[in-house]
Amino acid sequence: MSEIDAGMIATEVASEVSDPDGRIEIGRARLRKEDARLVTGQTNWTDNIQLPGMVHMAVLRSPMAHAKILRVDVSAALARPGVFAAYSGADLAAEQGSLPCAWPVTADMKQPPHPPLAVDEVRYVGDGVAVVVARDRYAAADALEAIEVDYEPLPAVVDMEEALTDKVLVHTDAGTNRCFTWPFANGDYDAVAKQADVVVKRRFIQQRLIPTAMEPRGVVVTPLPASEEYTVYSTTQIPHILRLMLAMVTGTPEQKLRVIAPDVGGGFGSKLNVYAEEVLALLVARRLGRPVKWTESRSEGYQATIHGRDQIQDIEVAAKSDGTLLGLKVELMADLGAYLQLVTPGVPILGAFMFNAIYKMQAYSFTCHGVFTTKTPTDAYRGAGRPEATFGVERIMDELAAELGMDPMELRKKNWISHDEFPYETIAGLTYDSGNYEAATAKAMELFDYDGLRREQQQRRESNDPVQLGIGISTFTEMCGLAPSRVLGTLSYGAGGWEAASIRMLPTGKVEVVTGTAPHGQGHVTAWSQIAADALGVPFEDVEVVHSDTRAAPQGMDTYGSRSLVVGGVAVHLACGKVVEKARRVAAHLLEAAEGDVDFAGGTFSVKGSPEASLPIQQIALATFAGHNLPDGMEPTLNSDYVMDPENFSFPHGTHLCAVDIDTETGFPTIRKYVAVDDVGKVINPMIVEGQVHGGLAQGIAQALYEEAVYDAEGNLTTGSMVDYYVPSAADLPHFTTDRTETPATSNPLGVKGVGEAGTIASTPAVVNAIVDALRPRGINDVRMPCSPERIWRALQGGTS
Amino acid sequence: MTRIRMTVDGVSYDDDVEPRLLLVHYLRDRLGRTGTPIGCDTSNCGACTVDLDGKAVKSCSVLAVQVDGSVVTTIQGLAGDGPSGAWHPVQKAFHEKHALQCGYCTPGMIMAAVDLLRDNPAPTERDVREGLEGNLCRCTGYQNIVEAVLQAAAELKGATR
Ligand code: FES
Ligand code: FES
Repeated sequence: MSEIDAGMIATEVASEVSDPDGRIEIGRARLRKEDARLVTGQTNWTDNIQLPGMVHMAVLRSPMAHAKILRVDVSAALARPGVFAAYSGADLAAEQGSLPCAWPVTADMKQPPHPPLAVDEVRYVGDGVAVVVARDRYAAADALEAIEVDYEPLPAVVDMEEALTDKVLVHTDAGTNRCFTWPFANGDYDAVAKQADVVVKRRFIQQRLIPTAMEPRGVVVTPLPASEEYTVYSTTQIPHILRLMLAMVTGTPEQKLRVIAPDVGGGFGSKLNVYAEEVLALLVARRLGRPVKWTESRSEGYQATIHGRDQIQDIEVAAKSDGTLLGLKVELMADLGAYLQLVTPGVPILGAFMFNAIYKMQAYSFTCHGVFTTKTPTDAYRGAGRPEATFGVERIMDELAAELGMDPMELRKKNWISHDEFPYETIAGLTYDSGNYEAATAKAMELFDYDGLRREQQQRRESNDPVQLGIGISTFTEMCGLAPSRVLGTLSYGAGGWEAASIRMLPTGKVEVVTGTAPHGQGHVTAWSQIAADALGVPFEDVEVVHSDTRAAPQGMDTYGSRSLVVGGVAVHLACGKVVEKARRVAAHLLEAAEGDVDFAGGTFSVKGSPEASLPIQQIALATFAGHNLPDGMEPTLNSDYVMDPENFSFPHGTHLCAVDIDTETGFPTIRKYVAVDDVGKVINPMIVEGQVHGGLAQGIAQALYEEAVYDAEGNLTTGSMVDYYVPSAADLPHFTTDRTETPATSNPLGVKGVGEAGTIASTPAVVNAIVDALRPRGINDVRMPCSPERIWRALQGGTS
Repeated sequence: MTRIRMTVDGVSYDDDVEPRLLLVHYLRDRLGRTGTPIGCDTSNCGACTVDLDGKAVKSCSVLAVQVDGSVVTTIQGLAGDGPSGAWHPVQKAFHEKHALQCGYCTPGMIMAAVDLLRDNPAPTERDVREGLEGNLCRCTGYQNIVEAVLQAAAELKGATR
């Protein structure tokens, strides 16, 4: 093994900005500060934590989708060696509370109780029934098998349309499986449909997905019985929200709870939640006065961690014969699963603002029915409502183009908001501040060789080539930067959408950035260092970022919804601005100049007209720390906070093009070329942005081609492990060509828009559109996802599917 | 309980273990070598990959007692001595090519890549993609992982020339 000196390791890829002095950090492909620990195994995953006296919790789960619990007997488990405790739902009923749902989307939404352990009835395979606590994970697993449970089976209901008949009720007390109906309308769709030359109607299925962050979930709770304090380590994206919710659910005073998200191995929405096991571990730690650990196995997680998507979309589009869109009508059924998790009902509702996408129209109608079934609850999975909407609209645009005999790109061009129409108020009521769909599309078409591939497609069709070529388009946008608090209020969300940052200027001139975001792979430590380095004029290396511990970073709204940079990163920038203003005051005082005459550039304060009179910010930090000679009445600190509440969402967009070869003899699809041109506004670190796009593409393509959570009629998850749920490997995915255009957001001072979900949102319809495009001459106008070779082959055998 | 002897990252151990104890649990829970994580219970994900007597294995798919007498190298033993010892070219390439985001798959991915390059010092992109088929990453879309392995291959070739 040859070895390389650590000192030789580069710190940057290649600079993209014109910056001859090498001082501007924003826009540089800085290598990540996070990596050194991660590539050497010096990690702090929740499951790594071992504490004196620690015991292990395991959860017994229902093997039935729906049943009455007649009896739970834990006595045999308790009799086993090394077992400390075992509790049924009934044992904890008085203290376990109900898991929170923070998004009651309508006033009459049905919100049934959601006990962390089921007490009377189980409602999905995997619903918790009892816990055991033992000295190690093996002993806990053994003890689980000794628990006896008698069930009286009840019928399962796994199909949404069947559930809506209310023949089998998931929650008897709710009286219906219809959790809510949420309508939105602008303009008169029926009227415009009457005037239309063409109306196209399709039903699309958004299959259920399992997020599969590579780190399974886990939690460790350390109690300090004497003072009734608890430290909760959790694999969570939301340490701050989790603390609040644990306080509310368990009645623990909020100030006695500290939540830490140590290293977290991916989330994609699946760790944006408050889970039964987090509550149970806290209750058990409180009862036993010992540290308690729970870690899910992957197969357990496939049942007990939220799923994503799962919608039936009935979409209708009305247009003139020249392709001008008149209106869009969307009827959604969203499978919520058996219970409402933290934001379950809100996920499909987010789609209401995105089905209209980048297109202009006169009328829009959206209705969403949330439906209970006896399955694992659904909640946010990368994109959360927006990939579903983007899929629906980008698929129907292709269907409309086919109906009209138009090139699908021409149809889009005819209807999208042109670059000189921004800011633009959409039919769904959002104001898109900026964008340039023409520029992104032109770049993508060139990189893709759109015209060349269309010619090739034509030739292959004419020669009846057994390998047919399909071209898929997705000209998508998304709403990011969740979210203006006032807007969240109008949507009945239970909290605000701000983000906090604090800057601590240390006496040595080094900087601590305290952020309310909770990164778990996004590289905030690096990106926030770049933002602070520019704003304060200090070296990138001198900045440390503190996060994900409610005691060290007490205020935050955490990481999800492509919000971290747009809200949290901007908060860092603005908090640094406050530091500079304080420092300017000190500098003016020390330089004996008027504050207005003191300039700040590159980390140095200098007096206008006499550049020799200058002081670096580090020296100001030391002088402020000493406090010997400050302006009268000034507090001796440069430290500053900023809580940023965004004025608007941000609207990244892009054009993705996908070419798929389909072997018509076997049905096997091969992605031959994938081009993604994204406009995410100003870019802090292009390397990180590209990485986010790659990862997003992989997940979106996985939905199109590989993944589906399947239930049988009895409500068993038949894709219950990684053997059956197909997460693609490197061998299954293509090389991506990625590029960017840059139209800055006008709603924040950094001009940033967010990038975490773009690839996922855009890619699924691009791939499916390509597959359908290849098959359309054979009379096929849809293939259900995942578009497996078998499904494609069957479609080829049977014509229209 | 069964007595086993093993060298892990240069330290030899002598322990009584339950016959059913998985190697990965022995490493993590008994030895505190927590650099090697667990991502599944079906030997699909590769997160737990370590070097066992010169071959990459998924440490969740072997029992500790099966590898009695073996030499195990984990991600924590791959770099040179000491906490900031010199990195292996694969570690360095993962950093330089941004081949990790959350880093959970990274230890297994790096150990598998080291093994792949031992077997095939000059792989093509396709070879790398297929060679790493047993290691799943949910964050990166694999493109930068593939590039990192190709960069490390070039560097290792240069070093042995
Ligand atoms: S943990 Fe070993 S292969 Fe997944
Ligand atoms: S970097 Fe997160 S799973 Fe690979």
